[in-house]
Amino acid sequence: MGKALRDYYGEALLKYGSDERVVVLDSDVSGSTKSKIFGDKYPERFFNVGIAEENMVAMSAGFAKEGKIPFTNTFAVFLTTNGLLAARTFASYSKLNMKMMGGYGGLSDSYDGPTHHALEDIAVMRSLPNVEVLVASDGVLVDWLVQYCINHYGPVYVRLSRGEAKPVYSEGEQFEIGKAKKVREGEDLTIISCGVMTGESLEAAKLLSEMGIEARVLDMFSIKPIDEQAIIEAANETGAILSVEEHNIIGGLGSAVAEVLVANKPVPQGFVGMKDQHAECGDYDDLFEKYKLNPNAIKEAAIELLKRK
Amino acid sequence: MSITKERITELEKICNDLRIDLIKMLHDKQTGHPGGSLSVCEILVTLMYEKAKLDPTNPAWEERDRIIMTKGHAAPMQYLILGKLGFFPEEEFASFRQINSILQGHPCMNSTPGIELTSGPLGIGLPAAVGVACSLKLDKNDSYVYAILGDGELNEGAVWEAMMSASKFKTDNLICILDNNGVQLDGTRDEIMPLDNLRERFESFGMKVFEADGHDIADLCDKIDEAKTVKDQPVMIMANTVKGKGVSFMEGKSAWHGNPIGDDFYEQALKELGGK
Ligand SMILES: Cc1ncc(C[n+]2csc(CCOP(=O)(O)OP(=O)(O)O)c2C)c(N)n1
Ligand SMILES: [Mg+2]
Repeated sequence: MGKALRDYYGEALLKYGSDERVVVLDSDVSGSTKSKIFGDKYPERFFNVGIAEENMVAMSAGFAKEGKIPFTNTFAVFLTTNGLLAARTFASYSKLNMKMMGGYGGLSDSYDGPTHHALEDIAVMRSLPNVEVLVASDGVLVDWLVQYCINHYGPVYVRLSRGEAKPVYSEGEQFEIGKAKKVREGEDLTIISCGVMTGESLEAAKLLSEMGIEARVLDMFSIKPIDEQAIIEAANETGAILSVEEHNIIGGLGSAVAEVLVANKPVPQGFVGMKDQHAECGDYDDLFEKYKLNPNAIKEAAIELLKRK
Repeated sequence: MSITKERITELEKICNDLRIDLIKMLHDKQTGHPGGSLSVCEILVTLMYEKAKLDPTNPAWEERDRIIMTKGHAAPMQYLILGKLGFFPEEEFASFRQINSILQGHPCMNSTPGIELTSGPLGIGLPAAVGVACSLKLDKNDSYVYAILGDGELNEGAVWEAMMSASKFKTDNLICILDNNGVQLDGTRDEIMPLDNLRERFESFGMKVFEADGHDIADLCDKIDEAKTVKDQPVMIMANTVKGKGVSFMEGKSAWHGNPIGDDFYEQALKELGGK
């Protein structure tokens, strides 16, 4: 078994958290988010506020105001609901240097069920002016994102994930905010994905390739700012776009991509994601199959899309 | 005492059987929360078998008492009781937390007969219970609202906002029962968010407070009876419990809040409970 994204995250916090400006807050889920790894090493810069997310995010604003780099940690769903008022007022409006880390993105906390899934977090956070929205697609990117959060001044929401992700990048890969990563070449259509869906999309591209269809795959890990140029280029060169996300199709990556296409280069777009519904509890793979998020479902959606090209 | 010795013995046996079934179910599925399910066992049994008005054949009965489990992660214990009482067939237990199940990871009012209100996110259950209590009063419905809270859940500000509201609106039909096990997820309550003088804190928020041994069914029955005599004030019964109660190695340990039960632990737990 490979390493879970949350383990990469905990280890990265530990690695780069030696920077004394970093403070880490958690709300009684540090064993789950893995912020505990930092807390064990730097107890004086670790603040477990109990089960109190609104308090945690607002408190992080205080730290940010005084020059610290606060990382807040809990399940993505609680961070972006209970934490939202503070995020809007202090991170978005006041532009404080808050790093909001949403663990357990998407359906990754699969067995806990819909109350613990996060399928709206990207839509919510993307609608906050000044807040960057970044999604980790594998362990290498998680590591880079933690460094970025420390080195870059400004409010950021990062969506993480509970479990493993299929590896996309090799060690030491460099990234740029606002620039998509082209992780596969192709001319027949472009799959634009983020998070663990990028690994799934690469698998889907293989299945398509076996049928003679070559899909380009863009990892749009930086949903905001988004890489308009890469989207327009993909529209020009491949003529069809399939957005693939572990999120409601309303307001997330697909919507962000559509906003760019409609304003610049309208081409047929297909949407893989949750069809404006809550899921249910169960095995992660079972959910991906039932809700049509796995490589096979992505392949099918691509085939449907190509009929409209 | 409002309950006979024979009945207590009977309910105690039911509790032990429930603990065995819980361990079996969570071991079988390798998911679900043992600690807080074991600590809330007597509280739920006292309510659902003895004190609350419920009709398994008619979960929507207007005159039922409303049992709101704000600590939704203890769902498996409540599911076991609902099934045994006949709210749904016991065969459903096999699908707990699996795809297409009526038994969701956390309680869902639209999925499971007998679940009064959806829960899982801590802190919003009590405010909803206050709304139910106020609504029942408007309807001149004299059913009671029982809200079962976790003590870590008290970290959430909304719980205290709800107590202020309950006090203001004099919801004497609201009986809160705190599963006061002193342990939350990352550690003990003292480690994570100490709440000294908890009784006084509740009182200063307008609650009428009782204390009970949360594993003593007779004591729980007595305190619930007393709670019903309170006028113009919401009630908080601090039921002192042990997280993981009944399985020695789980008792008082935050690690057993939600950990899957491995085979060795399973055997040992069953042996202790006399389950095999
Ligand atoms: C809003 C919210 N934040 C965090 C969690 C994660 N969580 C689930 S249970 C739990 C600990 C609960 O402790 P307590 O209320 O004492 O319950 P008990 O000891 O009875 O299991 C936490 C932090 C949650 N379910 N909801
Ligand atoms: Mg507790």
